[in-house]
Amino acid sequence: MNRRSLLGLLAAVFALLSLPAAAEEKFIVVASTTSTEQSGLFSYLLPAFKAKTGIDVRVVALGTGQALDVARRGDADVVFVHDRDAELKFLNEGYGVDRREVMYNDFVLVGPKSDPAKIGGTKDIVAALKKIAESKAPFASRGDRSGTNAAELRLWKVAGIDPESGKGSWYRETGSGMGPTLNTSAAMDAYALTDRGTWISFKNRRDLVISVEGDQRLFNQYGVMLVNPAKHPHVKKELGMAFVEWVTSPDGQKTIADYKIDGEQLFFPNYKRSGT
Amino acid sequence: MLTGAGLGDISAAFGAALGMLAALDPRLLQIIGLSLEVSLSAVAIATLVGLPAGALLALTRFPGRAGVVALLNSLMGLPPVVVGLVVYLALSRAGPLGTLGLLFTPAAMVIAQTILIAPIVAALARQVIEDAWREYEEQLRSLRAHLADSVWTLIWDTRFSLVTVVLAGLGRAAAEVGAVMIVGGNIDGVTRVMTTTIALETSKGDLPLALGLGIVLIAIVVLLNVAAYVIKETAQRRYG
Amino acid sequence: MMHGPISILPLVLDHIGYSAGGNAIIRDLSLELRARACTVILGPNGAGKSVLLRLCHGLLQPTEGEIRWSGAQPEKHQAMVFQRPVMLRRSALANIRYALKRAGVPRAERLKRALDALCAVGLEKLADRPARVLSGGEQQRVALARAWALRPDVLFLDEPTSSLDPAATRAIEEIITAIRDSGTKVIMTTHDLGQARRLADDVVFLHCGRLIEHTEAATFFERPVSSEAATYLRGELLV
Repeated sequence: MNRRSLLGLLAAVFALLSLPAAAEEKFIVVASTTSTEQSGLFSYLLPAFKAKTGIDVRVVALGTGQALDVARRGDADVVFVHDRDAELKFLNEGYGVDRREVMYNDFVLVGPKSDPAKIGGTKDIVAALKKIAESKAPFASRGDRSGTNAAELRLWKVAGIDPESGKGSWYRETGSGMGPTLNTSAAMDAYALTDRGTWISFKNRRDLVISVEGDQRLFNQYGVMLVNPAKHPHVKKELGMAFVEWVTSPDGQKTIADYKIDGEQLFFPNYKRSGT
Repeated sequence: MLTGAGLGDISAAFGAALGMLAALDPRLLQIIGLSLEVSLSAVAIATLVGLPAGALLALTRFPGRAGVVALLNSLMGLPPVVVGLVVYLALSRAGPLGTLGLLFTPAAMVIAQTILIAPIVAALARQVIEDAWREYEEQLRSLRAHLADSVWTLIWDTRFSLVTVVLAGLGRAAAEVGAVMIVGGNIDGVTRVMTTTIALETSKGDLPLALGLGIVLIAIVVLLNVAAYVIKETAQRRYG
Repeated sequence: MMHGPISILPLVLDHIGYSAGGNAIIRDLSLELRARACTVILGPNGAGKSVLLRLCHGLLQPTEGEIRWSGAQPEKHQAMVFQRPVMLRRSALANIRYALKRAGVPRAERLKRALDALCAVGLEKLADRPARVLSGGEQQRVALARAWALRPDVLFLDEPTSSLDPAATRAIEEIITAIRDSGTKVIMTTHDLGQARRLADDVVFLHCGRLIEHTEAATFFERPVSSEAATYLRGELLV
């Protein structure tokens, strides 16, 4: 192999390098959450959007807190998350515009079949959490500023319990996503709060079953927002709004409702024109 | 945490791996292709930069050289996730290089991996070339070869050992997940590579699939290494 | 690079000294080497023979004193062969062409001169063989061919046959003689007295880094001037 052919090879590598990322000009970056992506919704929703508009959607899936931070830095065009308080803060700080409520899914409390906290079949999530705290049954929390985590902490607050008091004994913070947290619960025979979508797709259940579901307080509202072009001029305003418009359009809303796993609908579209 | 992987899971994993490969699943092929593209590109650039740098360091003497060598050696251990974070902050729109719009693209992944591997290539090349220089120095100076001359001569003469060095860099690149996850965003179809897919499937609880992908990844790296080893051995036997 | 009318000789060493690591290896050495055929540097181990060679060739710089060549660009008209031949990882022919390229010989001329040099040492059949798979003797012959192709005014050799068997040694000695006969000044070290007797025209005798004597070969081996040389020639240990 002489010097000339070596240089030729290197030139080829450089040419190859310029290939990635240049391909699709018509795309937006949507910052969303891991639980939403792992539910498989995007694999169903986005091809429909692309067929309608020709726009490619690149989803960066993080925790809600991280997703909003990415958007604050201007690294995304649209946010699609499920933490109303954090979203409103984001909106009021001027980082987002035109927040629309898109759909909701629900959380469920899962736990070991053996039910050490003796929750029984109650539909009352707050009562169930109280029982867990009293019996000091192991509980796995995400502890990662995600929408799910925020919802979980709100419920503890309603129950009047400070889970930090159980830190190090029965309250275990994994600091990770929904999947790993469920893995941990399965392994530790612990209770955990999870969104239904992740639960349905989760394959490593071992002895975990649904302990509480259906409580109104377990409903998880999703919101979509365009990142404010006034703060970040490079944001793809038209393409981003096309996405926001579509998911809140009758067509998009129906597509959301049509998404099922094992015949079960996961997300319930609830966009109301008058809503915030 | 991952106690789900019993013997049953492992055989399921092998089954999954073989099944995916046999079916030539297009999504899998796309992910493999992207992984190779990113890591090979990074290795190519890292080699272009790191080899001459390592060679220069091997051949020159200057005050503080020992410190530079030690620093370079320790840079081999740069934590990928830290490199990812730094590159992310640099490429973010809010960061100094934001206008390039490179974040969440394969180019960003190549940049991050290049930063990771270049010190490895440079440090190992320095060692290889410095060892060779001990043998060659007097003769090359007798022939009045200039520094630049000697650098290229030594790189060429140690090319077989340097192949091993480059492979070490490639192995590191192909195996890391921390940097590409942060700067690439693990976007389906755009920046999702083998390692980030394995991380994703693991977090989804699909352990056999994750293991299967892991087996595919290891197999690819092993194949590359075996091929390079065979080439190196036959060439070495011919050229001495 | 030809043996031009302006040679770089005589070589004058003017009270040179060389110290390293606090030790004086060469002390107050003054010597003049003229364009006479083959100078052999002798002395017990540690006398400084190899260091002296390297000082002359410019691989080391004297810490005291001065080294003076005649003529222009003396560094371009010398070559050196070491005890262990250093072959590049390429063919024997390519090794020689490499040296010629470094010396600025135009491309068109390089191939011919390299082939001629290989023929002169009897290795034309091994021209395309990878140099590093050749035997020790063959490699040393390639090294000599490489040096000879440069047509230097001065050829330094540092114990060129210490690593070789007698057959290879003889082949090397024949080549050295041929090089000397072609007009190149040969300056070599050896610890093989027989070899010194066979090849030397004049002898430089060192001991403990000092020049003890510089004598015509015939005289040196029969009646050396110094008692140290006499001791050495008798085969006794010289401390």
